[in-house]
Amino acid sequence: MEKRVTFDNRLLPYLLLAPQLLVTIVFFFWPAGQALYQSLLLPDPFGLSARFVWFSNFEYLLGDRYYLQSFMTTAVFTFFVTLVSMAVALLFAVMADQVIKGSGAYKTLLIWPYAVAPAVAGVMWLFMFQPSIGVLAYHMRAMGIPWDPVLNGSHAMTLVIAAAAWKQVSYNFLFFLAGLQAIPKSLIEAAAIDGAGRWHRFRTIIFPLLSPTTFFLLVVNIVYAFFETFGIIHTMTAGGPGQSTTILVYKVFSDGFVGQDLGSSAAQSVILMVVVGVLTVIQFRYIERRVHY
Amino acid sequence: MRLRTVISAAAVLTAVLPAMTGMAAAQTEIQVWHAFSGRLGELIDKQISDFNASQGDYKVVGTNKGNYSEALNAGIAAFRAGEQPHILQVFEVGTATMMAAKGAVKPVYEVMAESQEPFDPSAYLAPVAGYYTTADGQMLSLPYNSSTPVLYINKDALKAAGLDPETKPATWPEVEEILVKLKESGSACPLTTAWQSWIHLENLGAYHDAPFATKSNGFEGTDTELVFNGDLQAKHIGKMAEWAKNGLFSYSGRRNEGGARFRSGECALFTESSAGYAGVKAEAAFEFAVTNLPYWPDVEGAPLNTIIGGASLWVMSGHEAEEYAGAAKFLTYLSSAEVQAQWHQDTGYLPITTAAYDLTKEQGFYNENPGTDVAILQMTGKAPTANSKGIRLGNFDQVRTIIDEELEAVWQGQKDAKAALDEAVSRGNELLRRFEQASR
Repeated sequence: MEKRVTFDNRLLPYLLLAPQLLVTIVFFFWPAGQALYQSLLLPDPFGLSARFVWFSNFEYLLGDRYYLQSFMTTAVFTFFVTLVSMAVALLFAVMADQVIKGSGAYKTLLIWPYAVAPAVAGVMWLFMFQPSIGVLAYHMRAMGIPWDPVLNGSHAMTLVIAAAAWKQVSYNFLFFLAGLQAIPKSLIEAAAIDGAGRWHRFRTIIFPLLSPTTFFLLVVNIVYAFFETFGIIHTMTAGGPGQSTTILVYKVFSDGFVGQDLGSSAAQSVILMVVVGVLTVIQFRYIERRVHY
Repeated sequence: MRLRTVISAAAVLTAVLPAMTGMAAAQTEIQVWHAFSGRLGELIDKQISDFNASQGDYKVVGTNKGNYSEALNAGIAAFRAGEQPHILQVFEVGTATMMAAKGAVKPVYEVMAESQEPFDPSAYLAPVAGYYTTADGQMLSLPYNSSTPVLYINKDALKAAGLDPETKPATWPEVEEILVKLKESGSACPLTTAWQSWIHLENLGAYHDAPFATKSNGFEGTDTELVFNGDLQAKHIGKMAEWAKNGLFSYSGRRNEGGARFRSGECALFTESSAGYAGVKAEAAFEFAVTNLPYWPDVEGAPLNTIIGGASLWVMSGHEAEEYAGAAKFLTYLSSAEVQAQWHQDTGYLPITTAAYDLTKEQGFYNENPGTDVAILQMTGKAPTANSKGIRLGNFDQVRTIIDEELEAVWQGQKDAKAALDEAVSRGNELLRRFEQASR
């Protein structure tokens, strides 16, 4: 039978919920409502006047094939950022988990990049790989590796994915490591005694037991790639060459805060909100089924 | 012991603080937001502190707000929050946006008249002032830093290629011959450019009397349409694409990334703003020359004059008359011949008044620094036509981004020049229509 907590005072539960509700309303519902309202307006930059234009901001966006292309760009970017940052972090976590001597130092160093702001991370990578000033770009050219992220879209995309993934590895590492340490050693030892090899133990015991962590990180990383990477894009490529690294959130930023087209920017953030909402629902409905808690 | 020190320090503070704030209150503060950092930031700070030292009624406070786009944005956000500065530096690309924002801006001619500052618009160089003046001759913002594109030449590189280091190509076909020789001598980057849209489309048009947009490049109304996909532009961009393919032209980036490559000696020829002069002079470890932007000799009447880039100072609305009086005084100070001449000589920006130009000439600066008068002569050499007065478009920053995107596709060899320009025109026109609607 289900266990239920009952309150004598009818007001108390609401009071206890109030702080959380307030935070949600002030920091989510209110701005989201504002974005919805703004997306129906065509304001001038200074906010002196705004014309109500119904859905013409959306019509304008969805009729723009460059905007539709940006969905594809975002998908590629998000997929690779999530894959690379999680795979690398898992590898590091498994390895760091086995280190006995000096593990503290390894862990600290691996967690360090998380403290770097996205824009700064972008600039650091640029210093290494920008064709005219980059140290590594110079050596790559010297070795005859074709490398031109200023003009080659795939090179530029590789570069921003690397920078964005690098930045997120630390965060993923932390969670994977915690997840690994929560797996009872006895389970792994038992399997070892039964003759299961290293890879076999990882595939059939460790990875399935890590699945709640992996699922959580999947959601977090997708949200990260969608929303928090515009600083990296802004400092490294500004969306170029062409529009090959213009992801959706960067377009929101550049149309709104560089181009002062606030109506279109608001409409884009509404679309983005819907996309991420749908993605999260899909993840919880279909992927979470495969998670063992 | 320590406690006593703290208490006495606190006592001193309470005694001194009111006196200090009392002093500050006697001076009216004028906020100036600008987009200059580095060397230019130091120079503007110097101008401000000199102004503050020259009088006791006003205290100008300068703040750097990032690059041009960021400074404009900071000004707009501050206006929406009612915290706008008195004076905001806005780049030429933001001019149409500011002109359309009638309630947010207090026109300079009005500020000057109300505070009875002497102000004569005709003292300013016509091609510079024209950019910021309405159709009925009212100056809305004060020109501050204006530049125009010129060609920088690495003389040592020419010598290494077996060319006469004093060669100054006047036309693009002459440039091409040099580029071929440079390439043959092993140069990895015979030519690069900064600000491709500004130099190779906007100025190309003005220089050859071809329109960039209808309605006198947008001066006559927001219902303007882009037309920079004509034969001249297609030919020029097509030629550059051919050079890019053959390794004669190397693309560096959308802004002035090419500057580092020229100053380090990697690139031999460089089309860049005249304001790049200070940096080249400070860093280049080679002999260099500055010459006019090349033109196409088969275009009749070419070359005309080039147009400006840079920024002007806008006075924002919503402040007290006393503060506007201070702002007016500061603007007058900035326009004085001495301050302008010094600025022009330090930076490579154009002198914005005839008096500053004459003063620089008198001081013998042009004789001592050959090439520094190329820009101003190129700007003022001929009477501007409707196509060479300037460009005034809404959403221009984004239009330039579109042009950058399309040109990048050309340099990569993905699109041919005409197709890319057509696409840029049609994408840009949509943005112009949005601006027209929003500012109606």
